[in-house]
Amino acid sequence: MKVLFYFLILPGFLFTAAAGLLSSWIDRKVTARVQWRVGPPFLQPLIDIVKLLGKETILPSTANKITFLLSPVIGLVGITLVSTLLWIMDANPNASFIGDLIVVLYLLAIPSISVIMGGFSSGNPIASIGASREMKLLLSYELPFILAILVPVIKSGGLIKIGQLLNYQAHNGVFAGSASGAIALVVAIICMQAKLALVPFDMPEAETELIGGPIIEYSGTVLAMYKLTRAMMLFTLPVFLVIIFIGGIELAFPAAIWGILKIVGLLVIIILIRNTNPRLRIDQAVKLFWGPITGLAVLAVVLAFLGK
Amino acid sequence: MSIKLKALLKSPWVFHLCSGSCNNCDIEILDCITPRYDIERFGMLLVGSVRHADVLLCTGIVNKLGESRVKRIYNQTPKPCLVVAVGNCANSQGVFRGSYACGKPLDQVIPVDIYIPGCPPKPEAIILGVVKLIEKIKGKKK
Repeated sequence: MKVLFYFLILPGFLFTAAAGLLSSWIDRKVTARVQWRVGPPFLQPLIDIVKLLGKETILPSTANKITFLLSPVIGLVGITLVSTLLWIMDANPNASFIGDLIVVLYLLAIPSISVIMGGFSSGNPIASIGASREMKLLLSYELPFILAILVPVIKSGGLIKIGQLLNYQAHNGVFAGSASGAIALVVAIICMQAKLALVPFDMPEAETELIGGPIIEYSGTVLAMYKLTRAMMLFTLPVFLVIIFIGGIELAFPAAIWGILKIVGLLVIIILIRNTNPRLRIDQAVKLFWGPITGLAVLAVVLAFLGK
Repeated sequence: MSIKLKALLKSPWVFHLCSGSCNNCDIEILDCITPRYDIERFGMLLVGSVRHADVLLCTGIVNKLGESRVKRIYNQTPKPCLVVAVGNCANSQGVFRGSYACGKPLDQVIPVDIYIPGCPPKPEAIILGVVKLIEKIKGKKK
């Protein structure tokens, strides 16, 4: 019963959905202010989701029906699990189990995989192009992302539990304060941008050329699930980086404000990167990730070994 | 009014359906999302895929070749959806009435909810038209 409550309500689905919709409102509002517009009202993301739930869901005749309908659910479940794990570890570092960092890394790849499955199963050529781009993007950013996450593990002397990493940071200062940690954080932020498929790495969706990419055939409830997954990722990934690099979020009252500020700060960095960059081509993105970004990540790992 | 319809009126996602127009109305539609008019204030977004759309903004005379396509795109839109005819051509085929390329007018191909006249209509007129459409639906369903 308690486990179900965790997964469905407090740190799990409902809480993450609410926080994710709030972050996607922040995203749209800040974007609008950058472009000197007024922007949408506060409840707009929620209204969008409610509206999509009320619309008709169309099954394309070319689609593989089971995969088409199941893949958004898989993505939603994946991101809900990540968020639940992260918040439980954050509230109680001793609840951590061995290797939960690895579990979280795997689960974070599931929303991207669900987008790929949905794109390929919808039987639309444009969706297939979008899905294949998403796959290339996934292959290119995973390596530097994992290298960047390795840095805290090396610096703490081989701790692979999220809870132990939090305890280590509470006693020895945050990882982002050291040279290797700061470089790793920068690498992780760029990889996070690609994980969220935001500009400059939005070539899977590419509104102007692929008109929505993998989700082009989705409508109604299943589209709402994809939008919700996207919003929840926009909230969960900054939380993950805050926990790994910047010392987590204290849940007591005055300290919690500082934790929320950390999350919002990372969010605003993402949004500003998104609003000040053009879209890269897919080959440029792969070159960028496997060249300079992986180089930076390796540099951070070497520095971490040297104790810097 | 049901929550479903209320939410639809507060976040109408717009798909831009151009069938044989001279591109003038299309440019005026794109003007609506510039910072000066900013229709995102009302929750409107321009979407690329017709599957995501709630409102079809139709421009242009529907010529004989385009007729079946327009009908197909209307059928591909998830219901409930609304249709807005933008510009004189979409309303009454304008100066092209009687031309060899003209098929049936738009409102005989698909059901049209509101007509916005003008050649091209100003962005203010388009926004006013959509606001009137929202009022009309609110009044009808009360």
